Order: sequence, then C-alpha cells, then structure tokens
Amino acid sequence: MLYIKCPYCGLRAQKEFSYGGDATVKRPNINEEVSSEDWDNFVYMRKSPRGKHIELWQHIAGCRQWIKVQRDTATHEIFQTAKVTEEIR
Amino acid sequence: MSQPFRLNKEGLINRNKKISFTFNGKKLFGYEGDTIASALIANGIHLVGRSFKYHRPRGFFGAGVEEPNAKLQVEFNGHSEPNVNATEMELVEGLSATSQNCWPSVNFDVGAINNFLKMFFPAGFYYKTFMWPKSFWYKIYEPFIRKAAGLGVASIEKDKERYEHKFEYCDLLVTGSGPSGLASAYAAAKNGAKVILAEDKPRFGGTLLTDDVSIDNLSGKDWAEKIITELKSMPNVTVKNRSQVFGYYDHNMLVMFERVSDHLEKKSKFTPRQRLWYIRAKETILSTGSIERPIVFGNNDTPGIFLSAAAKEYMKVYGVLVGKKPLIFTNNDSAYETALEFKKNNVEPIILDTREEHSSELIDEAKSKGIDIRFSHGVIVANGYKKVKSAKIGKLNKDKNSFEKIETVDCDCICVSGFWTPSVHLASQSGNKLKYEEKIDAFIPDKKKQHETSVGAANGSFTLEESLKNGFENGSNLSAKITDTKTEIAIPNVNEKKYGAHDKFWCMPLPKNENPKRFVDFQNDVSVSDIEIALREGYRSIEHVKRYTTLGMATDQGRTSNLNGLQLVSNIENKIVPEVGHTTFRPPFTPITIGTIVGREVGMEYMPTRKTPMHEWHEKNNAVFVDAGAWKRPRYYKQGNETLFEASKREAKNVRENVGICDVTTLGKIDIKGPDAAEFLNRVYTNAWMKLPVGKARYGLMLREDGIVMDDGTTTRISENHYHMTTTTAQAANVLSHLEYYLQIVWPELNVNVVSTTEQWAGAAIAGPKSRDMLSKLYPDLDVSNDSLPFMGYKEADFFGVPSRIFRISFSGELAYEINVKSDHGMFMWEKMMEVGKEFGNQPYGTEALSTLRIEMGHVAGPELDGRTIPSDVSLNGLVSKKKDFIGKNSLGREAFNVESRQKIVGLIPIDRKSSIPEGSHIVQDQNAKLPNPKLGHVSSSCWSVENNNPFSLAIMKDGKNMIGKKFFAVSPLKNKSIEVEVISSHYVDPEGKRVRS
Repeated sequence: MLYIKCPYCGLRAQKEFSYGGDATVKRPNINEEVSSEDWDNFVYMRKSPRGKHIELWQHIAGCRQWIKVQRDTATHEIFQTAKVTEEIR
Repeated sequence: MSQPFRLNKEGLINRNKKISFTFNGKKLFGYEGDTIASALIANGIHLVGRSFKYHRPRGFFGAGVEEPNAKLQVEFNGHSEPNVNATEMELVEGLSATSQNCWPSVNFDVGAINNFLKMFFPAGFYYKTFMWPKSFWYKIYEPFIRKAAGLGVASIEKDKERYEHKFEYCDLLVTGSGPSGLASAYAAAKNGAKVILAEDKPRFGGTLLTDDVSIDNLSGKDWAEKIITELKSMPNVTVKNRSQVFGYYDHNMLVMFERVSDHLEKKSKFTPRQRLWYIRAKETILSTGSIERPIVFGNNDTPGIFLSAAAKEYMKVYGVLVGKKPLIFTNNDSAYETALEFKKNNVEPIILDTREEHSSELIDEAKSKGIDIRFSHGVIVANGYKKVKSAKIGKLNKDKNSFEKIETVDCDCICVSGFWTPSVHLASQSGNKLKYEEKIDAFIPDKKKQHETSVGAANGSFTLEESLKNGFENGSNLSAKITDTKTEIAIPNVNEKKYGAHDKFWCMPLPKNENPKRFVDFQNDVSVSDIEIALREGYRSIEHVKRYTTLGMATDQGRTSNLNGLQLVSNIENKIVPEVGHTTFRPPFTPITIGTIVGREVGMEYMPTRKTPMHEWHEKNNAVFVDAGAWKRPRYYKQGNETLFEASKREAKNVRENVGICDVTTLGKIDIKGPDAAEFLNRVYTNAWMKLPVGKARYGLMLREDGIVMDDGTTTRISENHYHMTTTTAQAANVLSHLEYYLQIVWPELNVNVVSTTEQWAGAAIAGPKSRDMLSKLYPDLDVSNDSLPFMGYKEADFFGVPSRIFRISFSGELAYEINVKSDHGMFMWEKMMEVGKEFGNQPYGTEALSTLRIEMGHVAGPELDGRTIPSDVSLNGLVSKKKDFIGKNSLGREAFNVESRQKIVGLIPIDRKSSIPEGSHIVQDQNAKLPNPKLGHVSSSCWSVENNNPFSLAIMKDGKNMIGKKFFAVSPLKNKSIEVEVISSHYVDPEGKRVRS
C-alpha cells in the first residue's frame, strides 16, 4: 500500500485516496472551438509510461482535495506531491 | 504415561504443567511450552503423515517454520484447521491432531502404492497424462487427483473466532529476536526511537536459546532475557512474540501475523484469535536469521531424519531426544554442536563428516570427548520404511564421486547439516535483487530498494560477534537519523566457538546399480531424478523447472530445498548458481489463516449499513429491504401472505389511483454555493441553467467527457447563489468527485463550493392524484395550488413546527411532491404523513413499485443509463443544448453516435399480454435461427404495467423508434424463455406528461 503525502494533510495511506489518471492532460477550454483530433487526444489518448508519471489522486477519505503525485509506475516510488495549482518539475 | 524420549531436566518447558492431547485418536500428554512436534517426539512418535505424491511415510524434519512434512489437521477450541505446522503449533489442553493425506490410516495408507509405481509418476506426470479426453478433466481426473493428493480438509462450519486488523507506525521495525535483532532493537530503543520487535516463536532469543555461547559473562539465553526485559519496560518499544512478519510491500509497509490466543486455554470473549498488523516503518531491520539446509542422499525423507540444528533445538528447548542412536551427517562444524549436546545427555553419536580429516576448535572438542568421527564419510541411503533403522554409509574418494568403502551402521535417527541459508525472503520482497555469496553458497541481500537493512545471519554473518556488532551499529545509526539522538552503547564481550570452513558438498553420489529416491523437496515429493527429467525435456529457466517439477512450491516455499535444487540445475547445466538465478520470493512467508486476512470484515461488518431516519418505521411495518449500495431501502411493504409481485402491484396501483409515500432519503444531495454556481451548472449539465429563477427546479442531465450519460437528477435554485442538486443513489459519490475535479482542476477560476448533504436531509415523495389534497392538509397555511406551486416549483415552509423544503418534482409520472426535513425530523415527518394521509388512502410504497411507476412512464434509470448510452439513445436529446458548451459536448458529434440504426430506447409488450419479459433478454428476429443469432437489442427494465394490467418492458434496440409496430422475440436462455413481443413507444402511460402538470 502506497504512502502518499497529501500537501494539505501530510502522509496518509493509499486507502484514503482514489486514483484520477494522468495529471498532464489539459482539457480544451470551454466555449472554444477544438479540432476533432485535439478532442480525441484529450478524451482517449493516454501515455502509459514505464517510469516517472505525474498523476492525479483525490484525498477522498480526507480533505477531498485533488492533488498531483509524481510516481514511478514500475517501482511505485513517489518523488513529489503537490497541490493541483502547483507545478511538478 | 512415561515419555521415553524426554530428558530429565533439559529444556525451557514447564514440567509442572502437563497437557493432554490426542494424536490419531491416541491419548498422549506433553508439557506447557511444548509444540505438537516436541510432544510427539517425546512420546517416540515420528510417523505423522504421508507425502504428497507417493504417499511415503514422513516424520518431522525441522523444529520451526522450515518444517516441510509435519502438517496436521488440528481440532481445538471447537474448530478444525488443516495444514497446521506441528513444529510451530503450541500444545493446548484438549487439542486433537490427525494425520493428513492418508487413507485409511497413516500406518496403512492405500495411496502408498504410488511409491511402488513411482516410475510412472515422473516430473510433469499430470501434464502428460491427464490431457485427454478434455472432458475428463473436470469430472474425473481433477476430483480424483484432489482426493489422492492434497493436504488437509478445510472446515465448512462458520468460523466463530474473532480476528482483528491493526495499523501501526514506527521508526524501526525489527523482524526477529536473535542476537542481531535484539542488538538492533536495543540500540534503537536507547536512541529514543519508536521500535517494534517481532518474534515468530513463543520465546525470544533465536539461536541464543540453543547455542553454547556467552555474552558479557551471561549465557546466551540469560542475555536475551535481560535485553527483552529491559525493552519491555521502555515506553517507546513494542515487543511481540508469536508474530511473523510475512510480507514486505511498497513504501516500507510490512504485514505481521500475530497468533494472539491459540496457545491460551481460556481467553476473554473479545480476545481475537489472530491479528493482522499493517506496519508502516521508517526503517526496517531484517534479522530473520538463517535456515539449515540438508545434504541430499538416498531415502533422505525417512522418518527419523532431522536437520541437525532442529535436533539440538529439541534437546535444548524442549528437553526431547530425537533418537538415542544418532548419526550426524555434516559438511560443516555447526553439527558438531548437536553431537556435543547428545554427548552431554549421555547419548553416543557418530559423526560423518564429508570433509577430509582436519582440525578446528569444535572438532578438537568432540575428539577430546571421545566422539566417533569419520571424515570423508557420508550417508548413502537410509534404511527403514516408517522409521530409520540403519544407514548405508560410505567413505568418499578424493573426488567425492565414488566410494572407497561401504558399510551399514545401525541408527535410529540421522541429523543432517549441509550448511546455512540466510532467510532473504523479506529482503527480496522489498525489491532487493539478491546476490550470490560464494563463501556461503547462498544468496544474500544486495543493494537496498526500500528502507531495509539485513543484519546477522540473514545477511550471511554467521558468527555471534559479527551479528551483535552488526545489530548494534545498524540499530544505532538508522535510529539516530530519525531521532537525532545517539546513545553510545558498549558492544558486549562475546565468547563463542570458532567454526572451520564448510565443505561445498550438497548431494551424495549413488553406488552403481542402486537407485533409491533422493529428495530435494520433501513437501512436493521432488527428487533429483525429477529435476533431471525436467532438464532433459528442455526446461531451462529455473522458473520453468520450478513449475514443471513443483520444486519449491507448496506451503514451505522451498525453505529447505531451493538452494539444493539450484545446485543440481547448475551442476547439470554446467553453469554457476548465480547464472541459474533464483525463483521469486512471494508473500506470505508462512501460511496465514484466511480469517486473519478478512479480519472483522465479515457479516454485518463486511460493509457499513446506511439506514434512513425512517428505517425503524419501515421495519415495524413489514418492509422487505433491498440493498442500494450500502443503503437499506424498503423494496415493498408486505401485507399478509403477499408476494413481491402482488405487493408492488398493490402499492403502484394505489399511487396511480390515490396517493402513496416513498422514502427518498437515499438520493444523493449536493449543496452548491457561490456567485458562479449558475455558470458551473451550465457547464456540468447538457441543458441551459443560466435563466433558472430562484424557487424553481429543473431536470438536468450530465455527461462524461466521452458523451456517455453519467447521471440525471433535479437541481433547485434555493436562493440567488445557492443550489440544491440531487443525484441518483448509486452515483452520489461519483458525481461529487466529478464536480470537485472540475472546480479544483479544470475551472479553478469559478467561485463555487460543493458539499454532500445527503445525510443531512430526510426525504419523502408524495405521489398520486390525491397528493395535492394531502399536501394541503400537511401545510394548512400554505397555498399549494397549481398556480402557486406549479410543476418544478419550490417552496420552504413550516411542517408542524419544523422547517421543510417542498419540491414539486415527480419520478412516478404522477402529480407529486418531495418533502425534505432535517434528518432528525425524518421520522416525525413520516409518521405525520401516514396519519394525515389516511383519509386519502395513502400507503407507503417501496422501490419495486417505484420502478413499475417509472418504467411504464418511460423514465430512464440505471439499467438504461448503463455507461453505454448517449442522450439521444434514451430520448433525452431534447435536453441537449445546441447553443452552449458543456462537459462531453464535443463527443456527441462523433460519427458512431449519429448513425441512424444506433440502438435506442423503445417499449415492448408481449403479444399475449400475459408473459413477463425477463430483464436481460435479447431481442432477435427469429427465435429458431441458427447460431449466432444476430442480436437486435436487449431488455433493460421490466414491470407489470398497473395502468394497463399487462407486462411492459423498456429495451435498448437497433433502429429504435423505426421498429415501432414490428414483432420480435425476446429470448432469455438463462430463464429458458422466448416471448413474442411488439415494439411500442417507451412512453406507455401519459405520453404527453399531463399528470405531473395537473
């Protein structure tokens, strides 16, 4: 079970979180024209990297905040966590 | 009642307390502190089971977790447990143990014929033989093999015991209380670290209990006791015996299995039997020690053959002799300690040492005590069927591949030692790639992957001095990093015997024309010849050899067999062991009970039960409940002998004719507040929300980004910047997360807050033509006319003294209202409604009637919004705005969503107007067509239409409304039904929706 540092609550067990997918995907702006290709990329296309991956988790049984987690998908090592408004470098 | 193999004084057992038990029906006794194994050996019993494949007689081999043979069916405390390790289970009064895998008895086992047919049971036998005919596998081969092989029998009774889970956090977890573990825990504790020390056995100290050593002028045992006593007195230390750390998971989380009360005669009602610990440790010390490995020789599985350290442990811990005429067969010095211990107890051992004559501290001591030592010697084959009687021994030539002399010596036990294998299971589970240490012919941990440090024998250090130093240093350094405190501790003076080098010898050759079985893996009956066959047949990878021969599988995970198996493969393949590699170590390290994994999550505790504030009333009024997620909802209220069908028909009919009330508390409710709330809803829902006035509700539909319908419900504008959203019961949690996602990540610029208020409000729907009359009695001071409170209207009003919200919304399709009050007032509201509603013929209705009402109205719910439908599939395209953007809008233009023949919602009635159509039926053109019969759609929801008094169903069907008027078959192979149906509109009752507006 992973040990995830919520930027609001501190280190908590994975049990308290729910996974939310790739954090680098950006939704096309509302009320703006978007090409079919860009839209399909947003809805369907995801990379499945082996190694570092920035992803979203929600602290669902805690503060309910969505957070960013930089995790190694092979070793599960977590390098960094951040608020969604913050950048992960 | 004498125990022929019990020593007079040795041992750590309590001789003042006798414990009686039975083995295969025979009444026996042992002492407090015995294991089943030590008590049986004390009574001279060695034959305890039959082997897995050949049903060969088997006895004890080890004295702890390494035991491959002695698995018993044990009954105690009123339950029966299979595969209990006799060398670990402590004796308790009244315990009853029986042998497994034998019929009719362990002494006479019919299955033993396999032993004489062994040429027909080589490696891969099952794979080769039971392949055809295919149909024989399930009915004939598999049940037979299961009966013939296999271990104990699982109980089919409900487990009455209590099991617990516990979460713990610590600075340092120490796994094992041998010398290095004790030293690590002590040093860390002195630095102020929060320490957990776990010991698998009942007694702390590990090898300190059996080795002839002294530390600071105390015996090993006394030193261990002193340290443990001090650790126990420290508030920052938790010391646990009977606790096996069996798994190492991500981010330094380890799991531990604690046998809390199996050894207790009496325990309180709330004492769990076993406990599972989830331990998150900042650092872990792996002081798991090492396990002796055997040397392979002929018939080496005969009862009476032991690991030499186990024989020593039986003497020193349990005061039990494993035999009175021992042969010690060794390639190293440690077995000499066993020989000396025998000698101390006036038993004359013979030592067979594979090494050439040489000298070391221990050898010299044995010589000076007059022990018969034969160098360059080894056991070729053990004689005796149910117990060792003698052994054919041989003097090895210089190359150790043939014999200079062969003779037979009498013996009643053989104690074998092939050197030591570090227990690296936990290190390997942590992700540590192991490395091969040539000096000890075994794998030890390499570079760390997590915060784990192996110390002592687990790290390949086999001297006490090194282990202690290792432990103190690592315990101190690791904890100092955490606590920022470093207490200097003097490393104690050690007195131990020096060992000479061991012989890299692991398997006895066989003389010409002799071919006894030489077992590598006892538990799975894998012999040298089986592994040879596997390699001859082309298996190369050690993982494949393992699976083909079953080497190292089973409950002991090859603790005594893995390395010898690797040696054999490397010899045949002409590779060095590290090239062959090792198989994967997986948790659990030892078998643990299913009850422990489950813990308290059984029965009522399996998941939380959510009850509405009116639950007790429903119970008192014969409600039959249905699970809706964790919620309990009344499905129907049973009157007399009514069936579900009759009751739901009565309840639904009463709504259509009079008025009914339904508990709708379980609907998801979300409070939405903020100046941008309208804009937010406008983006979340497919329809327009900017112009909804205060005091009005609107039905809304929300999509996922891929255009699929996610949920539906009404949202009401309570005040300028305050909305009350309702969701379906099932989607409540998902919708909240969905909204939070968009507010926190996608549109953080919107000033909106959302919070779940599902549990804050109790809700009741009042539905039926007489609902307005009833409402006017509930709110005598309120104008409830159609003008004042129209369809989709909203009012706040006083309900007999408590504040309430009135929504004029309808799921049933009738004139209807939903009243919400604070949860605390839910029961009050409900009872008032029942009282006031009497004169209008009010009856409560459950979810079954609710479904009937919505289905015949053509209102969609979960079965239609099944994660595959878009708004136009379920006739809700009228709610999809063309003017504005919203979540999922761009996906609705996809080509596949706009194909005319796409499956869409329709209604179905049976031609005979009588036969109910099973939900899940497939719609086909021709019921007799050849398979695969093309499927045109499926039946999503079915009911008995109370309005028209015949069955009616909703279906999702190809070409949708274009099919209206046509006839098809709804077939359900599961229910063995085929019903001819006619396609009609999905709006079967009141298609214009006049009633809700009346």
